[in-house]
Amino acid sequence: MFIELPLIILLLPLLAFVLMIFFGNKLPRQGDWLATGMMTITLLLSIVLLITKVGFYSSETITSNFDWVVVGSKSIGFGIMIDNLAAIMLVVVTLVSTLVHLFSMGYMKGDVRYSRYFAYLGLFSFSMLGIVLTNNILLMYVFWELVGISSYLLIGHWYEKKSASNAANKAFIVNRVGDFGMFIGILILFISFSSFTFEAIFESINAGQLPFGSEGWLTAAGILIFCGAVGKSAQFPLHVWLPDAMEGPTPVSALIHAATMVAAGVYLVARIFPMLTADALLVIAYIGAITALIAATIAITQFDIKKVLAYSTISQLGYMIMALGVGAYTAGFMHLVTHAAFKAGLFLGAGSVIFAMHASLHKLHDHSTDAQDIRNMGGLKSKMPITYWTFLIFTLAISGIPLTSGFLSKDEILAGTLAFSTLYGHWLLPLIGFVVAGLTAFYMFRLLILTFHGKPVSEKIQNGVSESPKVMTIPLMILAALSLFFFYSFNPFGAASGWFYTAVERPLSVVPELLQPATYALFYEAVSSVHSTAMILSILIAAAGVLMAVAVYQWKKISADDLAKRAGFLYKGSVNKWYFDEVYNIVFVSGSHVVMRALRWFDETIIDGIVNGAATVTKVFASVSGWIDTNIVDGLVNGTASTANRAGGLLSHIQTGKVQTYLLFVLFSFLVLFVLIL
Amino acid sequence: MEILMNTTIFVPGLSHFLVVSALLFSLGVMAVLSRRNVIMVLMGVELILNSANINLIAFSRFTELSLDGQMIGLFVIIIAAAEAAVALAIILNVYNRFNTINLDEINLLKG
Amino acid sequence: MELQIFGIGILTWIVFIPIVGMITILLLPDKNRNAIRWIAAIATGIQVILAGVIFAAFDRTKLGINDAESFQFMEKFSWITVEAVPWVGRIEINYFLGIDGLSVLMIILTSIIAFIGVISSWNIDKMVKGYFTLYLLLVTGMMGVFVALDFFLFFIFWEVMLLPMYFLIGLWGGPRREYAAIKFFLYTFVGGILMLLTMLALYFSVAYTDPATGQSVHTFNILHMMNPANYVDGGLLSGVDTTWRYVAWMALFINFAIKIPLFPFHTWLPDAHVEAPTPISVILAGVLLKLGTYGLLRINFPIFPDATVYFIYFMAALGMISIIYGAFCAMAQDDFKKLIAYSSISHMGIVVLGIAALNTQGMVGGVLQMFNHGIITAVLFLSVGVLYDRTQKRGLYDFGGIANQMPKYTGLAMIGMFAALGLPGLNGFVSELFSFLGAFEAYKWITIISVTGIIITAGYILWTIQRVFLGETPEKLTNLKDLTPREILMFVPLIVLIILLGIYPSPAIELMNSSLSHLVEFVTGGGL
Repeated sequence: MFIELPLIILLLPLLAFVLMIFFGNKLPRQGDWLATGMMTITLLLSIVLLITKVGFYSSETITSNFDWVVVGSKSIGFGIMIDNLAAIMLVVVTLVSTLVHLFSMGYMKGDVRYSRYFAYLGLFSFSMLGIVLTNNILLMYVFWELVGISSYLLIGHWYEKKSASNAANKAFIVNRVGDFGMFIGILILFISFSSFTFEAIFESINAGQLPFGSEGWLTAAGILIFCGAVGKSAQFPLHVWLPDAMEGPTPVSALIHAATMVAAGVYLVARIFPMLTADALLVIAYIGAITALIAATIAITQFDIKKVLAYSTISQLGYMIMALGVGAYTAGFMHLVTHAAFKAGLFLGAGSVIFAMHASLHKLHDHSTDAQDIRNMGGLKSKMPITYWTFLIFTLAISGIPLTSGFLSKDEILAGTLAFSTLYGHWLLPLIGFVVAGLTAFYMFRLLILTFHGKPVSEKIQNGVSESPKVMTIPLMILAALSLFFFYSFNPFGAASGWFYTAVERPLSVVPELLQPATYALFYEAVSSVHSTAMILSILIAAAGVLMAVAVYQWKKISADDLAKRAGFLYKGSVNKWYFDEVYNIVFVSGSHVVMRALRWFDETIIDGIVNGAATVTKVFASVSGWIDTNIVDGLVNGTASTANRAGGLLSHIQTGKVQTYLLFVLFSFLVLFVLIL
Repeated sequence: MEILMNTTIFVPGLSHFLVVSALLFSLGVMAVLSRRNVIMVLMGVELILNSANINLIAFSRFTELSLDGQMIGLFVIIIAAAEAAVALAIILNVYNRFNTINLDEINLLKG
Repeated sequence: MELQIFGIGILTWIVFIPIVGMITILLLPDKNRNAIRWIAAIATGIQVILAGVIFAAFDRTKLGINDAESFQFMEKFSWITVEAVPWVGRIEINYFLGIDGLSVLMIILTSIIAFIGVISSWNIDKMVKGYFTLYLLLVTGMMGVFVALDFFLFFIFWEVMLLPMYFLIGLWGGPRREYAAIKFFLYTFVGGILMLLTMLALYFSVAYTDPATGQSVHTFNILHMMNPANYVDGGLLSGVDTTWRYVAWMALFINFAIKIPLFPFHTWLPDAHVEAPTPISVILAGVLLKLGTYGLLRINFPIFPDATVYFIYFMAALGMISIIYGAFCAMAQDDFKKLIAYSSISHMGIVVLGIAALNTQGMVGGVLQMFNHGIITAVLFLSVGVLYDRTQKRGLYDFGGIANQMPKYTGLAMIGMFAALGLPGLNGFVSELFSFLGAFEAYKWITIISVTGIIITAGYILWTIQRVFLGETPEKLTNLKDLTPREILMFVPLIVLIILLGIYPSPAIELMNSSLSHLVEFVTGGGL
């Protein structure tokens, strides 16, 4: 059952994709029921799988493998691997995907490419499930790129807009940069260990084999594969694509660019965790920390509701990566799961708001007001109660307020960073962790207050706003329920006692002992010693962030403009996203344009110039020899000919054309001969 | 034959035949060379052929060559007939082409 | 392995069926355009069927390369024999055909591309008879090169391709067709002369002892040239690691590099592609370029293993330069066809890098990339052709929003583009993966630099998609018609192959695995 069931789970969305591409337009309601129905079946199967796996076969890892291709004497296999990590991730992906399908039936109604949209969702779900289920880093790369392409297609769903197609290109290309590293990493692993499966690679490393016999290369391989995660999970310095990806439809942002695909990077790091050396993990932790900080500082000044959420996603992903880097494996992965629920909820909630705003603006024939700008909202609480209350729960969860799922996971991460620094120093990591926790609480409440509380900016717009239809609110309610603590642990103040922690254990490191991070036992001890400190600190800091936001935006005790002015260049930097896009544009985009123009010039002028120059030289040579030929060589020939011609002209007078003259000549010559011979 | 030879006074010898033949040949050549009319030229050719025939037969009669000469003579007559037919056909075509059978006017090969 | 139809070997059939078609066409009057097209389609269609038969009957375990016994479908007849020429001894030129794992995939590729090319030529109205006559002659030339095992025969087929190509570009091409055709002709001809000289040098250096008569016989047999024992004492190319062998290798390499085309011998390609009519571009990129890399593998590598090993680093570096350089140049183009031409240079660079790895993965990746690139560029050129037929334009900035206007076309063309970009699940990825896998084992840094090419490739492909397919549809493009059934027919087989080989490449890899492993052993073992 652990082979067939995952295969069915994997292939159902693919089937949905194929059916929708070919027949979507011809089906009633453009086939949305088909796609959603198949996804629901997938969800149910995944839940069955999760319960059986975690409930009955918790400690086993089930793998299957078949030969995909044999090259030389090496065979490359593909296969499925189910462990608890995969089983949980499976449910996360299918759950969010199903809810997003459902939500989209309302949100995308009347879209020009309605069935195409659902088809792409199917393709995405298929690829994402592939990432989750594979036992093999090559196959993971394959699905990795496939989610990339489905993300590209979905971001560019409204491709008539230049900004949408630009964002799609940017997303794909930035991801390719990360994938480049991952690809090299995979090459290193295969060359060294002749296999792509995680199992075989870990076994070889465990047996003492190192890539090219050097520890440095092992660290390098780890970091290179992590590059893939940097791209996909929008980590610094490749985080620039994610905010732009918000050009896609909002449910897509919820599914792909918040809950699942971007979390794939975290999943990848979790998968390769055993082979990461302490050095590699430190790099990973710092990348995560830097990302979390940068994104959080940008998020506090944005006004586009989706941009705020996008930067908060980047920031939370940074958290997860940092958690994995410091060795808080379970906490990091748990944050992935809880984040998937509440961030998907936040995006869908935002989608609900945008949907209502659009409808209202449409009624007013107002096409200039931005439906996503929170400065145009305010006071939507009464108009959209379900959206508001669910949004509130999600905000509490992401801010790390107790009794929510977010608190559980975030608290463990902070404890993990703190424990890490008690073991190794690196105090910057927990410091950033706590600062970001405060910032998160601040900007999320800022968003909530500006959108739903206070007075509406425009009465007219607000009057037109109404609650979204049921297909859109039901997913919100489900996700809100899932953002509460009891799904993950019955103790609201400690995840460690819940089923999640027992199901997902940090795997043993396989790298040589000298390169290993702190052992689990050591780390766990440090965590438990700092846990209560971390919890109190995190609650206090989150509360401070919330209070600050309320003070500034709800009670208006402190003027936001005043704060901005005082922050000076920091504020300017934050609004402008620390100028990453500008710098990248100058360095990479313009840079490659310069290179390509230069090479084109080189090709057309120098190389082709040499070719054409050779041709010209040949032509000159040819015309010289041609002159010699016509005037000298041919002159001789022609001279001979004309001599002959003139002689012929003289002789031609004999030819009278009269038969009798000729006969006369015959007779005459005969007589002459006769006389001569006789 | 015996009776005829006995009763005639004059018995022509080889040389007589040759003289006649030579005369005929000369006439033929004259006709070929000087007549303007193609038909006349053709007739001249016939004369030349017949003079040759006379020669052949005469030599056959007066020397040891038995009947070979006569045989060749017969061939010549047959070929002459064929030749005349071909020549007349050519003449007919020439006439169609040039509207004349005057040899002086047919000089397309003039250099 | 013998496979005969009416007593004539299947390889002869597959090579000369187009000639039969050509003669039939010559006998028809000019006006019978449709009959001419149908005959061409039938002739190439039969080739596809024969290629299918070969695919089915091919023994995947036999090695080939240098071992005459293990070549398949072999046909060998004495063609030109001159007894006892002074100093030279007996001259022997054979009609010697045979295939191994290296050539079988190329035969399949050639037959498919030739057939698709005929379908795409259906709307050519200028001098139909002449066009198809030359076309079929070209097909015979290409097919012949892939099956010839006698150097003389190889050379003849090689040159037979040249002339039809020249006329096909020069007569049916675009505005600068004369320039492009002459450029193509001269480039290739220079290479051809180098090959001729090397061929003669090899001929005089190689002699085998005829087992029947005990005579020492000079021969053009490629397999004999691979055996070091056959080199006569004092021959120009005798002995290992001599300067003349390096020179000969280089001469052949330049000939093949021109065909591939490898930087810096590539400038004929963009011009030829831009001016050639669509089906000819398809043939040119789909099959002709592969002749270069095929020649390297069939002739350079096994005949001069010593020189190959000596120059291999240089070759890999040229491959790397081609990848990066071609990709950047492609990005800089405004002309759709030129863009694809440069992308071909980039993708053929991957082939060169893969085969220069001199290990099985790289070699398999390289040869598979030859096949895959043939299929993919065919799709890309057909895509350009479809747009050009409708608008008479090729500039990337002339289009936009095609996706709304021609959804079927966009879907098919985009699959081709994604395959070119190396998207996993499509065939381009598989071969690039193996090429890089092999290359990385041999050259770390060269490969790492080369892999950056896939980022640039993603850049220009996506940019192209954006400029052509996405965005608002401009006014002038609003009445474009979507694909006709004929056009769909020419796309679908290729797209099916792209997806099929992307998901499950084993059928293709199995064909060549043992031969290429043997080739690697043979070359790295110094020809023993």
